[in-house]
Amino acid sequence: MENIPNSALFYQYKSYIHRMKILVVDDEKDVQVLFEQRFRKEIRNKEMEFAFAYSGEDALKYLNQLHEAVLILSDINMPGMSGLELLRHIKEKHHEPPPVVMMITAYGDADNYNTAMKLGADDFLTKPLEFSLLKEKLKAIQ
Amino acid sequence: MNQNLQNISQLIEQSEALSAEQKKSIADWIKEVDKSITITEFKLDRTEKVKKTTSILLEETIQELELKRKAVEESNTALQRSLEDLKAAQAQLIQAEKMASLGELTAGIAHEIQNPLNFVNNFSEVSNELIDEMKEQLEKGNTEDAKAIANEVKMSLEKINHHGKRADGIVKSMLQHSRTSSNKKEPTDINALADEYLRLAYHGMRAKDKVFNAAIKSDYDESIGLVKIISQDIGRVILNLITNAFYAVMEKKKIHPEGYEPTVTVSTKKLGNKIEVRVRDNGTGIPQKALDKIFQPFFTTKPTGQGTGLGLSLSYDIVTKGHGGELKVETRDGEYTEFSIILSV
Repeated sequence: MENIPNSALFYQYKSYIHRMKILVVDDEKDVQVLFEQRFRKEIRNKEMEFAFAYSGEDALKYLNQLHEAVLILSDINMPGMSGLELLRHIKEKHHEPPPVVMMITAYGDADNYNTAMKLGADDFLTKPLEFSLLKEKLKAIQ
Repeated sequence: MNQNLQNISQLIEQSEALSAEQKKSIADWIKEVDKSITITEFKLDRTEKVKKTTSILLEETIQELELKRKAVEESNTALQRSLEDLKAAQAQLIQAEKMASLGELTAGIAHEIQNPLNFVNNFSEVSNELIDEMKEQLEKGNTEDAKAIANEVKMSLEKINHHGKRADGIVKSMLQHSRTSSNKKEPTDINALADEYLRLAYHGMRAKDKVFNAAIKSDYDESIGLVKIISQDIGRVILNLITNAFYAVMEKKKIHPEGYEPTVTVSTKKLGNKIEVRVRDNGTGIPQKALDKIFQPFFTTKPTGQGTGLGLSLSYDIVTKGHGGELKVETRDGEYTEFSIILSV
């Protein structure tokens, strides 16, 4: 896997994005506190802004109303609408230009990886998340 | 003729006090008596012979009976042994069923432990970074900033503690699940029990079939409070019902890949002095002809090797015999199944 996937796509944003808006989708609620602490410097310096959704359904609602997240980090394994379904919805129906979607899963198996890639995921990460690696990836996008 | 009677006859013959006619009559009577005696003696002799034969027969019968008694005793011992063997086999089957249901959960348990562990690791790393920052701020004399960071550290530590306990709880309940039942009824938070098994079963199913997904819904009646149950046993019943529910929706999804939203709902309710736990799925339902057999041991509709056929029969025993409750089922073929556990508080 490349460190910076679809890098051509990211350059499109570079010109007009000042503060990166990231939507994190995970059914584990403490993910919010964790991200806010892990990225506290970036949040404080207003380099990044985070929004959180606790299900695929909530994430779609958020995107339909605000359409401002340029990057979506989504867990695959969620009850109800899975991360993969969310990905399909985003890539099929949503938004011009489409947001960057990184999938996260606890099961780093080939099935999930292939499905995610087929549906147009921009990156695929496995849990536990390496935050230093994630930070590098996000900064590269900025 | 009998000697005594002969003596009497002679005496009477010699007597002068009696007339010839009287003597004749007496002689006739004596003959009659003699005849009676002869007959009685003959009969006695015959009876004696019969008695002997009978006693021989009786002796033989007694010997025969004794042989039979011994045989019965032996077969009784054999039966007792088979009964013990059967009981041991049953206990083994129950244990096997427990381990099988635990096996179903393994992936779910691993996932459920991995998640809190990730949080523990992440929040401890964050705490470390925060402490460094706090030191920097203190060196600069920025006490206010340092205090703010201290609060962040405190929150991180609380999260570490929370998720550590969460992992601990999962390991404990897994161990409890595999252990033999203590048969002790203890006050239990049945909502927490149901929710724990719902999560474990969900992740277990996800791990088994990574493409499949189902919506899980829960509706817990918070007014239930603590209920006196053998939590490990009722936990197994709930787990069994939830696992079955997931199986039913998975099967239906195979038949209807499009336009079907698999849903499993677990709810609890207080009904006067009773409580009810319901597990509902919108899966394949149970056909009428199978419905009569679902609580029978070894009845299964799963392919060979996939189900022991003991889940529901054990569940039924746990609820009815173990807790004096009811296990009811409502279903419509191809549409839904709903199991209700009803327990007296």
